[in-house]
Amino acid sequence: MVAVESSETVTRSEVKKEYKKFIGRKIFFISFFILLTILLCGISVSLGPLKFSVLEVYATILDRFIPNFFDVPELAPIVVWNIRINRVIMGVLAGAGLAIAGAEMQGILRNPLASPFTLGISAGAGLGAALAIIAGVGFIGGGLLLVGNAFVFALIPSFIIVALARFKRATPETMILAGIAMTYIFSAVSSLLHYFSEAEALKDVVVWLMGSLGRATWNDIYIISITLAICIPLLIWRSWDLNVMGAGDETAKSLGINVERTRIFVMMVASFLTAVIICFTGMIGFIGLVAPHITRMCIGGDNRFVVPASALFGAAFLVAADIIAREIVAPVIIPVGIVTSCVGGPLFLYLIIRKKREYW
Amino acid sequence: MKLKVKNVEFGYQSVPVLKDVCFELAQSEVLGIVGPNGAGKSTLIRCIDRILKPQKGSILLDEREIKEMRGMELAKKLGYIPQSGHQSFPATVFDVVLMGRRPHIGWRSNEKDNEKVLDVLQMLKIEYLAMRDINEISGGQQQKVFIARALVQEPDVLLLDEPTSNLDIKHQLDVMDAIKKLVREKEISAIMAIHDLNLGSRYSDRIIMLNGGTIVSAGNPSSVLNAENIRQVYGVEAFVRNELGCPYIVPVSPISPNGVEAVMDGGVSRQMRDAGKSV
Repeated sequence: MVAVESSETVTRSEVKKEYKKFIGRKIFFISFFILLTILLCGISVSLGPLKFSVLEVYATILDRFIPNFFDVPELAPIVVWNIRINRVIMGVLAGAGLAIAGAEMQGILRNPLASPFTLGISAGAGLGAALAIIAGVGFIGGGLLLVGNAFVFALIPSFIIVALARFKRATPETMILAGIAMTYIFSAVSSLLHYFSEAEALKDVVVWLMGSLGRATWNDIYIISITLAICIPLLIWRSWDLNVMGAGDETAKSLGINVERTRIFVMMVASFLTAVIICFTGMIGFIGLVAPHITRMCIGGDNRFVVPASALFGAAFLVAADIIAREIVAPVIIPVGIVTSCVGGPLFLYLIIRKKREYW
Repeated sequence: MKLKVKNVEFGYQSVPVLKDVCFELAQSEVLGIVGPNGAGKSTLIRCIDRILKPQKGSILLDEREIKEMRGMELAKKLGYIPQSGHQSFPATVFDVVLMGRRPHIGWRSNEKDNEKVLDVLQMLKIEYLAMRDINEISGGQQQKVFIARALVQEPDVLLLDEPTSNLDIKHQLDVMDAIKKLVREKEISAIMAIHDLNLGSRYSDRIIMLNGGTIVSAGNPSSVLNAENIRQVYGVEAFVRNELGCPYIVPVSPISPNGVEAVMDGGVSRQMRDAGKSV
């Protein structure tokens, strides 16, 4: 953040200049992360048993849209389009979606701890998955059993939280406590299922819980893309109101905002977004909690910028984590959820320690 | 009349806080609301701004029922200044003030809004704070920022909840002078809940004294702030002088419930009353 000397002689034009610079910094951050995400995607696709250069990867991708213009290596189209790119796209979409959901939840609940994990959404999805894998029961049969279960159970905690807000006029603090209570309940039931399960099924559940991008099919990607395309504009449209709600419910009301309705609306959209993503990827921790915080540390708390910037940060971070997950003990691919927490945790701690001013 | 409050009743759960409150506010008038803790001052302010919804009665702004107005429409007419505020995420003073433009804009602000923010910052002489974080400035500075935020709303009526609590005497006068000046220059009106009787006396055109949720006295400061009212409402023995053309209250001692002065302070209060007579 840009600090102006607290002398009383600051002129109007100086303030204007400082403010422009302040906005410019945010736009720079966003542009930087757009480029970084594109670069990381290129690197990610280029890695694997069959190596390509990053430029060859871009050429192969662009060849789809402008045929016969680029030099494309043999086999590259098949490897890129059929094997590698879907997990990278999934990484971008999931990282962006989880980060936005986290930023929105922290904003409407005015609480730095709000995330899909603390609100019980992840625990719900975990129980849904455990039921599908261990007990084989669920709402939808066949191939969609696991995904359907995870999706439905992920939404249960958010419905309860929204109902509390709607009918019992719950405060943000109460909503978070309710989320934590539900996390315990769902975890306990999951543990019970784990305890009585066969070794093979238990491993499947545990691996699912760790989160992975490798399961992504093109169909999953279409579903998530459509969800993001609907949810993100709805959430960005609300970012002014989110800013104002950061000043407290009373101030927000006095500025004409229907605080309860906004809170319920954003909570529903963000939960839906999270549920759609984690039912396909499993639990990818940390991004929803930390991407918004790191973004705010860099560019301040204006949600009109925080929401898109955390999305980009989340996307870049998840793609980078996936590169590490694939390469660190190649050819074994470790679940990406492990990497996000292992790398993200220390990074976040470092930023908290290095930060001079009090944050949040 | 700018604002009319008629027979307003409000209660939290079943505990009544406001009972049958009626008053009117004229154009370009500063109305002070005084009363002991729990008298309903803040509740009344919040009812007027529709942060709380009264169970009974009506509040008319420019002859229109506020219940029937849309949120954004009301926000263009009423500016609320909270007692203190905590901003959750980091935010610069400029951005906090810009929030006040919310009722006038969609999701994007433009150059015109920025100019308005600068105008108000300049008027309150706090443009040097523009890029500082709101949570890192002093209480007096914050109070001015909240006033600035309410002003860029361009409201007709300012509602202030204890604008001088937590401020030192210099900042108290500073903030009150700013409010008085705004009311005169922009011909807006203001309602402020205020604890400090002397500030209330000096800066209000008219005063309402609340006790237990009802108005016990209303009128100009010298008619409301007399020793009898203060004894009745606050249970405090005080004498009232005339300083700088308005009543100045010197509290002497609390009265015990049976109406007799507390014995402990008896000596002091007698002394002070004698001093008061000699003035």
